[in-house]
Amino acid sequence: MKFEGTSNYISTDDLNIAVNASITLEKPLLIKGEPGTGKTELARQISESLGLSIIEWNIKSTTKAQQGLYEYDAVSRLRDSQLGDKKIEDIGNYIKKGKIWDAFESKERSVLLIDEIDKADIEFPNDLLQELDKMEFYVYETNQIIKANKRPIVIITSNNEKELPEAFLRRCFFHYIQFPDIETLKKIVNVHFPEIKKSLLQSALNRFFEIRDVPGLKKKPSTSEALDWIKLLLIEDINPLDLKSDGKDLLPKLHGALLKNEQDIHLFERLAFMARGNR
Amino acid sequence: MFLDFFFKLKDARIPVSLNEFFTFLQSIKLDFIEYDTNKFYYLARTSLIKDERLIDRFDVIFGQYFKGIESIKLDDILDHLNVPKEWVQKMLDKHFSKQEMEDIKALGGFDELMKTLEQRLKEQEKRHQGGNKWIGTAGKSPFGAYGYNPEGIRIGQDRRGQGKAVKVWDKRIFRDFDDTRELDTRGMQVALKRLRQWARTGVEEELDIDETITHSAKNGYLDVKTRQERENSIKILLFLDVGGSMDDYIRQVENLFSAAKNVFKNLNFFYFHNCLYEGVWKNNSRRWKEQFSTREIFRTYGKEYKCIFVGDASMSPYEILVEGGANEHFNQETGQVWLERAIAQWPANVWINPTQEQHWNYSQSTNIIKEIFSNKMVPLSIKGIEEATKILSKK
Repeated sequence: MKFEGTSNYISTDDLNIAVNASITLEKPLLIKGEPGTGKTELARQISESLGLSIIEWNIKSTTKAQQGLYEYDAVSRLRDSQLGDKKIEDIGNYIKKGKIWDAFESKERSVLLIDEIDKADIEFPNDLLQELDKMEFYVYETNQIIKANKRPIVIITSNNEKELPEAFLRRCFFHYIQFPDIETLKKIVNVHFPEIKKSLLQSALNRFFEIRDVPGLKKKPSTSEALDWIKLLLIEDINPLDLKSDGKDLLPKLHGALLKNEQDIHLFERLAFMARGNR
Repeated sequence: MFLDFFFKLKDARIPVSLNEFFTFLQSIKLDFIEYDTNKFYYLARTSLIKDERLIDRFDVIFGQYFKGIESIKLDDILDHLNVPKEWVQKMLDKHFSKQEMEDIKALGGFDELMKTLEQRLKEQEKRHQGGNKWIGTAGKSPFGAYGYNPEGIRIGQDRRGQGKAVKVWDKRIFRDFDDTRELDTRGMQVALKRLRQWARTGVEEELDIDETITHSAKNGYLDVKTRQERENSIKILLFLDVGGSMDDYIRQVENLFSAAKNVFKNLNFFYFHNCLYEGVWKNNSRRWKEQFSTREIFRTYGKEYKCIFVGDASMSPYEILVEGGANEHFNQETGQVWLERAIAQWPANVWINPTQEQHWNYSQSTNIIKEIFSNKMVPLSIKGIEEATKILSKK
């Protein structure tokens, strides 16, 4: 089992190594990186390229670790007991399986994506240490131990909103997805828009990197923004020459796809104003 | 194997655990590195480093560790055959089958053997781009066999044939991420968690078991009662000293508090310079245009707010004690008056001072402010934050 990117996901050497190490040694892989560099997409592509099913667990600020394992619906059971339902004899009827259970139970090896783990409470990763290490957990209500049939490939993404605990980090492989350089980005764009003209691509990307390089941006545009923007450029059928920056118009056409922060747009307007004053 | 490397990382204060090191050793045995230096580097990085801010430090160590090895050249080895005998023996074992050895010996003994070895090595060098057998033999140098490649390490499949390659780790693309942070934000967040104040607000959607049991017992049927979910209701007002020496700290403090968003549902911040006066601002670049009157803030944010000042408190004492003493504008009332008003307005208050605690005594202004805050000044460390949470949660 070996991952080497797919036809619509350009993967770098270092990313491949990290993914393959985590697949072979059966340890979780923690992926960090700027928003929009394809962290979540990676898990989907791994599942696709290896032909495995994917189980996605999206974390919210209210998510508890227990929910990933199972939930015991005591209220339904209480209600059913009032109605004299036979179902109540078996407590198993009221255990709701979580995503991790699903992944452990799956007959084939599966890909388990724990998306945006940093959104959850600060203790969340600690609560999953044993489960991800041993790939088993204990269900108190029914006295059973759930053990993974085939250890799933665990991909965990984080946006760096919170630091993760050391003990958790020690058990993972780690990869930081760098923002791609212009050549890689070209390849990525070509995968998504094979019909794009070379001249447009070149000037759009040049422009894009110019914007990214402006110091002091609150939210730098990243890969997904670049793709959205180029899509818009294609739809509007923009001439590559229109994208050249000429000082008085620092903001490129359709910049709404790139700059999503009011302050950033203000920054550009101020820069444009200054550029005009200098002439 | 690679123990030196492990300790070098440790020396550079990169937190690597033995477990990770074992994982790393385990993983280099796997086949997918394919005897490629680059891939080896990536593998080491992914298994040993868990924080992008440490990657740059790792790159440096990795580079240092490899430098000595590069300089070993094939000719050096062959010219000065005073390398340990076992090592040569092992090299021979590696490159010649028993049969071949016998054949060579038959050809002309040891000299002939060495010549053939040289030839064999040179062939290898072409074929493998170096770095194929870096697992050291005699233990002196783990990468001893690096010497195979007189040109040093070549890397990357893409760059083949383009002359000497730049090593990935020497590019140090992660340099920007290393901020050599002193603060462990996670520890602080855990400490800040104590400030949480739970209150029930919003829609009633949580099952209230106690009430349900009481009412069911009373009524004789199952009477489900719900209640509002608990929410954290702490309100924090943050005053940050900006300008000059404080800027570096402020960024850390801002990061700390914005990362702890979960802990504080309601967090407001304002900037001031050196000492609190009649105006504060929210956007530092427009500080003169968009000032908020401090009185207005007193009116807006009620007594339930916990008030945190962050500043180094080092300034001229005039800036606190004298009218018109502020160094950027003319203040009608002294900084002390304004600070005392703030303290009266928000009884839960604390001053966080990012400078080192042992230096506080040497600064007159720090002492004055500490006095104004009735000694509620804490350093910006985990212990300090813990202390601050204790001060702030007193009612």
